[in-house]
Amino acid sequence: MFVLIVGCGRVGSSVARSMLRQGHEVSCLDEDPEAHARLEVGLERSWEDSGGQFTVGTALETDALDAAGIGQADAFVASTDGDNTNVVIAQIARRRYNVPTVVARILDPLRAEWYEKQGLRTICPTRSAINMLEEELLTAAGDGVRWEGGDPGETGP
Amino acid sequence: MAERKYMIIVGAGKVGWNLARELIDKGHEVTLIENNRDRYLTVEQELEHSVQYGDASELWVLERAGISRADMVIAVTGDDEDNMLICQVAKEKYLVDRIIARVNNPRNRPHFELLGVKPYVSATDLILRVIEHEVPEYGLVHLLDLPEERLEIIELLLGDDSRVAGRRVGDLNMPEGTLLISVLREGQGGFVPGPDTVLEVGDEVLAVLDPRVEEDLKTFFGPDGAGE
Repeated sequence: MFVLIVGCGRVGSSVARSMLRQGHEVSCLDEDPEAHARLEVGLERSWEDSGGQFTVGTALETDALDAAGIGQADAFVASTDGDNTNVVIAQIARRRYNVPTVVARILDPLRAEWYEKQGLRTICPTRSAINMLEEELLTAAGDGVRWEGGDPGETGP
Repeated sequence: MAERKYMIIVGAGKVGWNLARELIDKGHEVTLIENNRDRYLTVEQELEHSVQYGDASELWVLERAGISRADMVIAVTGDDEDNMLICQVAKEKYLVDRIIARVNNPRNRPHFELLGVKPYVSATDLILRVIEHEVPEYGLVHLLDLPEERLEIIELLLGDDSRVAGRRVGDLNMPEGTLLISVLREGQGGFVPGPDTVLEVGDEVLAVLDPRVEEDLKTFFGPDGAGE
């Protein structure tokens, strides 16, 4: 599988290394050239010698996406630090390049939920954190039952 | 005054602030949303309750501003992703009738199209359009674009080397989907050409056409045009 990961922060770079170790082709795109160093953390050889590809460029520039190989991608991960950027590039990957698997990281749970309903595969770390914290606290409180009602105001001020 | 509308404007930069002021003067109800605290406080001194502080790409901020009853959402922040998504959400989630998005980087135009965000306005493009008009060497000037209807009206200058100069309009085998609607000629003003009109060097020709044949038409009227 050819995986294109846009946004090479802690999350993106870890997923990139892990996919590479498992024998997949991995290409990363990040606007910060320094992100390359993060990819090599824990690797014995350079990212390129390990078989990875790295492109410096802005995610919204189609030239950069093309250079990073979006045309051949089987899977696309949008993991920049901006929710809006992730939502936009994930839709570009899906609608314009017809990438079969597209996943976007969205920190805002309300928006993640809505885009998920629109058919975009989303990962919401905030949602996961909320669920885990709730579980911890309710376990500590002794009833162990998760409150199913949710809290519509969870992202409020 | 026209019917009073409720308009949400996102981004209280120069564009957003002036727009809000003008719309309020015209009697509309306006909420301006700004996510920079300092900017918000500055604008708030003038616009008071008409400006709200918050990040409009978060849904609850839009809901607090009453997006469900908005007649129009106008996203004019300096960030194209924000403008795109705010308008997309307004249109698709909150079913707002009319949206207008600002394009900062003209290269992002295809993304606005892809996400169905239109109409959009790009100051850079508007200025380029004016330059096009002011600099005749540019050859082809857009007078009207109706992309939805697949129609445009353009103006072309026949240069010294144009192969169609000296030919009858009726003899021209122009690209399909093109119609000459007017000729502007020095000394004669503008007139509607007939089949017997003979085109001259220096004529400014107005044509209505399908945008897809624009390049063909440009070539046709240029030095390498078939002219037949």
